[in-house]
Amino acid sequence: MVMALDIAHVSHRLDLAGSPLPVLNDVSLTVAPGDFIALLGPSGCGKSTLLRLVAGLDRPSAGRILADDAEITGPDPHRVVVFQDPTLFPWRTVAQNIALGPEARGEKAGRREAVAKVVKLVGLTGFEDALPHQLSGGMAQRVALARALINSPRLLILDEPFSKLDSLTRLSMQGELLGLWREAGFTTLLVTHDVEEALVLATKIVVLSARPAQILTVIDNDRPYPRHRDDSKLVALRQRILTLLGITGVAAK
Amino acid sequence: MDGTGFASRTEEQAHSRPPRGPVLAAAALSWAAFAALVRFWPDLDDSVAYGNLLALASLAIALPPAAGFLFAWRLPALRRLGPWLVALPIGLGVWELATAKLMWLPRPFFAPPQALLEVYIEDWPKLLDSLVHSLELLGCGYALGAASGFVTGVAIGWSRAVGYWVHPVIRLIGPLPPVAWLPLMFFVMPSSWAAAVCLIALASSFPVAILTWSGVSSVDRSYYDIARTLGANQRFLVLKVAIPAALPHVFVGLFMGLSSSFIVLIVAEMMGVKSGLGWYLQWSQGWGAYANMYAALLVMALVFSGLITLLFRLRGRFLAWQKGLVEW
Repeated sequence: MVMALDIAHVSHRLDLAGSPLPVLNDVSLTVAPGDFIALLGPSGCGKSTLLRLVAGLDRPSAGRILADDAEITGPDPHRVVVFQDPTLFPWRTVAQNIALGPEARGEKAGRREAVAKVVKLVGLTGFEDALPHQLSGGMAQRVALARALINSPRLLILDEPFSKLDSLTRLSMQGELLGLWREAGFTTLLVTHDVEEALVLATKIVVLSARPAQILTVIDNDRPYPRHRDDSKLVALRQRILTLLGITGVAAK
Repeated sequence: MDGTGFASRTEEQAHSRPPRGPVLAAAALSWAAFAALVRFWPDLDDSVAYGNLLALASLAIALPPAAGFLFAWRLPALRRLGPWLVALPIGLGVWELATAKLMWLPRPFFAPPQALLEVYIEDWPKLLDSLVHSLELLGCGYALGAASGFVTGVAIGWSRAVGYWVHPVIRLIGPLPPVAWLPLMFFVMPSSWAAAVCLIALASSFPVAILTWSGVSSVDRSYYDIARTLGANQRFLVLKVAIPAALPHVFVGLFMGLSSSFIVLIVAEMMGVKSGLGWYLQWSQGWGAYANMYAALLVMALVFSGLITLLFRLRGRFLAWQKGLVEW
């Protein structure tokens, strides 16, 4: 089977003020198409670095990353990232922000329809002409999600996308993300430090150690959707993960 | 506070808005009083013409506020200007008294209002010609300077190689006051007009380049990350990410460049170019025609202020997405 993502013995160092800082230590992971992977680890452990490598924004110091059997050498609109901050372009309206991908690639045909479709998908109808500074945090993150989805990604990469939202908005957006994923069937890679979020959403939970990040364990989570936070199996998994993270000497959130 | 309390408060506010009727009446009266002052109070020396015309013009200005008061017109512009329409003739009256009527201010150096009127009526062809020449010079120089400054700024901000070579040059030459180039420019350039254009371009390009550069290099790196993951090429990153993001800085540079181009324009016209408002100033001072000097200064103030307004409008259009823009 062709893997959506094949991370093979990847190590990475950041160059901080001249001295190399190892952030990833021999990380290997395969992701099947359609999986929902949660990368869980203490903050500052190198999760986001791994994600930048997968997105093709940086190249790993050692090892290889393949997507659909091809080595990742740069960014590709089939692998789209939603960052922690929505980072909308403040000079563009909601619709123009969403159309960024097609516009950047010079795709003109059907752009308007595509925008209308994803606007509806993320529930932003009526806000197409609003400017980013007029939006709430949750709406801005919805625009960021729509801006990613319009490119019909095969791999959706999410870097703690809900961590800055209030808890109610976070819950509803987790539900919406789940619905989109189950409907569209893209592979999802979610970086999070929220154990509950990982448990409720992911089919596989990859637990990382503190920096330099190593994979502590990969937990299969095959509980049926919709999942409930007080499901006894999930509670047990949660305990296991917290213990795992506790062993590394870092308090999990 | 409950709903009714709020409602009654806004109602109260609507009622307590100052009624503008009396203001309009006062405006009409003070213009009429100024007209009477000019017409009936004899000048100390009899040399200034156009007093009657000034009085007539003031009476004409008194008409709209008078009509506004009598017929209770609802002209928003007239109402907004009301207080200024009162203050202006009072100021003019003080000026008139201090010069023509009482001569508190020594005669040839300070001109009464009607003397300026005389200049505008009798010397307008020369004044207009000077204005056109000034605008031509300023337009060419500023357009050249703004464009080259913008391109330079984007290039330094974007390309490390360009930055390496151009940055030290700008750093060395930029702080030189543009006027310091004046002797060299008049010597090197084929004509004093070309020299002035170059000087104005130089003066305006420096702030535009620096501010554009700072704008481009302060663009949030994650904007580029987003655009790159969505398939943007270098061209898109420059034109659709870096430049729009840098635009607020660019406009600060354009404002700074415009004000320094005003300085250079006037100095260049005083020093070498044989036309324009700066030349007119110099010329009228040389002939002791002080009224012409004041008339030219007033035109200059109005035109330069108008140009700044134009740039503000342009900014308002380009940066409509920004919160908290200053209105001009």
